[in-house]
Amino acid sequence: MANQEPVIRIEGLKKYFSTARGLLHAVDDVTFSIEKGKTLGVVGESGCGKSTLGRTIIHLLEKTDGKIWLEGQDISDVKGRELRKAREQMQIIFQDPYSSIDPRKTIEATVREPLVVSRKFKKNEIDDKAQELMELVGIDERLRRSYPHELDGGRRQRVGIARALALNPKFVVCDEPVSALDVSIQAQVLNLLKRLQMDRGLTYMFVTHDMSVVRHISDDICVMYLGQVVEKCPSKELFKNPLHPYTKALLSAIPSTDIDHPFQREILQGELTSPINPKPGCRFAARCKYATEDCQQPQVQEEVSPGHFVRCCRVGEIN
Amino acid sequence: MSENTNNAFLKVEDLVVEYFTDDNVVHAVNGVSLHLDRGKTLGLVGETGAGKTTIAKSILRILPDVGARITQGNITLDNQDLLKLPEHEMREIRGNKISMIFQDPMTALNPVERVGDQIAEVIRLHNNISHEECEKRAKEMLAMVGITEDRYTEYPHQFSGGMKQRIVIAIALACNPQVLLADEPTTALDVTIQAQVLDLIRDLRNQFNTAMLLITHDMGVVAQVCDDVAVIYAGSIVEYGTKEQIFHHPTHPYTIGLFGAIPSMSEDEEWLHPIEGLPPDPSDLPQGCPFNPRCPYATEECRKAAIPVFKTADGHDCRCCHIDQVKKEG
Amino acid sequence: MADTKKKTRNGQSEFAMIWKQLKKNKLAMAGLIIFLLELVLAFLAPLYIPYGITEMDPVAQRAAPSAAHWFGTDNLGRDIFSRICYGGKYSLTMGIITILLSNGVGIVIGAVAGYFGGWVDNLIMRICDVFQSMPGMLLNIVLCAVLGSGWFNTILALAIGNVPGSVRMLRASMLKQRGAEYVEACQSINCSTPRIIFSHLLPNSFSPMLVGMSMGMSMMMTMAASLSFIGLGIQPPIPDWGAMLSDARQFIRIAPHMIIFPGIAIAISVLALNLLGDGIRDAADPKLRR
Repeated sequence: MANQEPVIRIEGLKKYFSTARGLLHAVDDVTFSIEKGKTLGVVGESGCGKSTLGRTIIHLLEKTDGKIWLEGQDISDVKGRELRKAREQMQIIFQDPYSSIDPRKTIEATVREPLVVSRKFKKNEIDDKAQELMELVGIDERLRRSYPHELDGGRRQRVGIARALALNPKFVVCDEPVSALDVSIQAQVLNLLKRLQMDRGLTYMFVTHDMSVVRHISDDICVMYLGQVVEKCPSKELFKNPLHPYTKALLSAIPSTDIDHPFQREILQGELTSPINPKPGCRFAARCKYATEDCQQPQVQEEVSPGHFVRCCRVGEIN
Repeated sequence: MSENTNNAFLKVEDLVVEYFTDDNVVHAVNGVSLHLDRGKTLGLVGETGAGKTTIAKSILRILPDVGARITQGNITLDNQDLLKLPEHEMREIRGNKISMIFQDPMTALNPVERVGDQIAEVIRLHNNISHEECEKRAKEMLAMVGITEDRYTEYPHQFSGGMKQRIVIAIALACNPQVLLADEPTTALDVTIQAQVLDLIRDLRNQFNTAMLLITHDMGVVAQVCDDVAVIYAGSIVEYGTKEQIFHHPTHPYTIGLFGAIPSMSEDEEWLHPIEGLPPDPSDLPQGCPFNPRCPYATEECRKAAIPVFKTADGHDCRCCHIDQVKKEG
Repeated sequence: MADTKKKTRNGQSEFAMIWKQLKKNKLAMAGLIIFLLELVLAFLAPLYIPYGITEMDPVAQRAAPSAAHWFGTDNLGRDIFSRICYGGKYSLTMGIITILLSNGVGIVIGAVAGYFGGWVDNLIMRICDVFQSMPGMLLNIVLCAVLGSGWFNTILALAIGNVPGSVRMLRASMLKQRGAEYVEACQSINCSTPRIIFSHLLPNSFSPMLVGMSMGMSMMMTMAASLSFIGLGIQPPIPDWGAMLSDARQFIRIAPHMIIFPGIAIAISVLALNLLGDGIRDAADPKLRR
């Protein structure tokens, strides 16, 4: 396993958007890799670039700079047929089960579409495969001719999952797939995703803002702040031993269901600053209680302990 | 509990609300009773479509005119029956004695009016005071929710989501209401901002001794803010008790299921324990207990008739006929 | 694109589904039947009308409705009933073809503008601005003058004048759909751009268009009338309804029947088409299906 190529590897990935007010650094210099069958959780608040990161990796958005490898193959600048081939290997499950399915297509048509578009299958093969997929994600046979609006959010999300898995991808970006669902349904979908991962050896990048969900599903976790990864380490390590001041604040802000130990919060002051034309220094410095002069300098990602990366120049002093 | 229920500040008794559409009746709220004292917070927890927002809107009497009807029940505020008040008196109560914070701060503010004026307007509406006085009070409100006075003249788009929700809270509290209905006030916000807003709400409640009904689906928010908890499923309250009773001794299978479905922050578990199945269609509720199709304890008895409320401890009500069995296994 | 008409598994095409729904809508079916009836009557008019369309009755000018002249006569003593029946052929086809032509072009251009955005959108919209900055009537007069008069040239002139409006309408609803996540989903499963536009975005952004189309039809009929009024467009003595209306205008006080009957003919057609248009819109929307 160790010398096998990671399914996805990105290096120095950047995605900037030009806006009226300047260059928006949505994803700025992100580097990581995900091994086969593993899940990388990406957490952060809205506007931190986590969704953009996922979309850039799978080429839904054009990157500004950086490299992307899929199973050791450089797909950074693929075009045309190569791009289509790469996309078949990488799929995405969207956040909003209401807008991510065409409201005028039947459930079956939606699940069949990737198979039809790929032009690899005959009609009866498509029929069989679509049937199989719907069974796989637990959509009732009698629902195949229904329209999305007749289904609840959880079932629609299953349709989205079936569509993403139709071409047997290796890597799936899950973009907040359970945020729009109620807890009882959320648990059903999380279990489904986990089972599919086990059965099919899928590799996930799981984007979410929900810390308890990410803790449950991820092997490793990246914490993003304004386009940059501020901390990356194995999931357990992050919750046991968070090192970056932002991670600490984020974890302490989660409303815990433990009523016997009333929160000892570090309430974070201020709000997200804008990632438009950011200054070179630490982007969290404006809200960080440990910020000093040094934080105005560009920050580098350091491996503090094996597998635990932090982007903070004062990490040694404050912990 | 019944002895202190009688003189509760806000009381909802046996409320039934139905929505009528062309060909069916949606049973949104089916016999809900709750009570709320000053300075206390009741958490109303449930999933989408359980009827949480409908209850809040019924209290304020802002249900849509067409199609929605309160077919049964009483709502009393300080021994005054709200459902029998004429509309013009009700208008006096809205925003003054009872006010509401809506879920989405992005749409709750008027985009073309200065935020300060939006606060001042509410104050002027309910108090017979001069323009300058209103403006002064509006500025105080802004300061109270942590926004500097000089942003009085700015427009909603110049504020971030969390700041907007603070302004919405300032508007809701502008007339020093006795009851605050908060409908998912932090759902649209990020966790770090949510923490700020929850702290703010809690501080203001303590400061003004406001009675608060907090509607949410997030058990964590309930744990942080509420004193009492009502768990609602398909329009009826299935379990009602103090926060400690609900969190330490959940008794209704649905409540237990809800806790089981949340990924734990302290233990590692391979699989989550979802509640199987789906919430029922409110226009076609199952006979008997609405939870029976999803309930692992369901028997014939649950499918026959409506389930009465059982008391498991003082102030802890549970609408389930298998309490003993649930307790034994739980 | 071939897949828009793709058969679903039990052999029912999307068109058949819409038709099945439409049949359940009584008002829409009434609209359809009225409209078809009108068309049949208009095309069979030469077989049954009691008078020739240019035949003048010298003793009955501007005569009120009677047994001899059901709808009365006009200022030259021509039978209005006969003229309405005969003229339907021109008025109805003119309305329909103009709208179909202009919206057909408008949809393609609007879809391209709405989907691609950026400079493509900018260019298209500025051209539309130029067209729309002129008063509609003036534009039609210019086009008619350039193209010459006659039935088809009038249609062409009206259609060209109507294109910018339908481009705008489609572009607006396209832009709204463009941001939906299902578009990204389509890209991620390698749908081609034409497939995304025609198979996914168009069906979702088409409904405001349908309502606009049935309304536009009546506008086109009256526009055509105005053109004939100033001597462009359809030439007399062909009795197009709009032309009859404008001829009758000066006699509105002394012979109101001259304006009432062609007016009713237009109103009925518009109503029928509106009912049908609404019905099609509802039938095509899966959310409204029962």
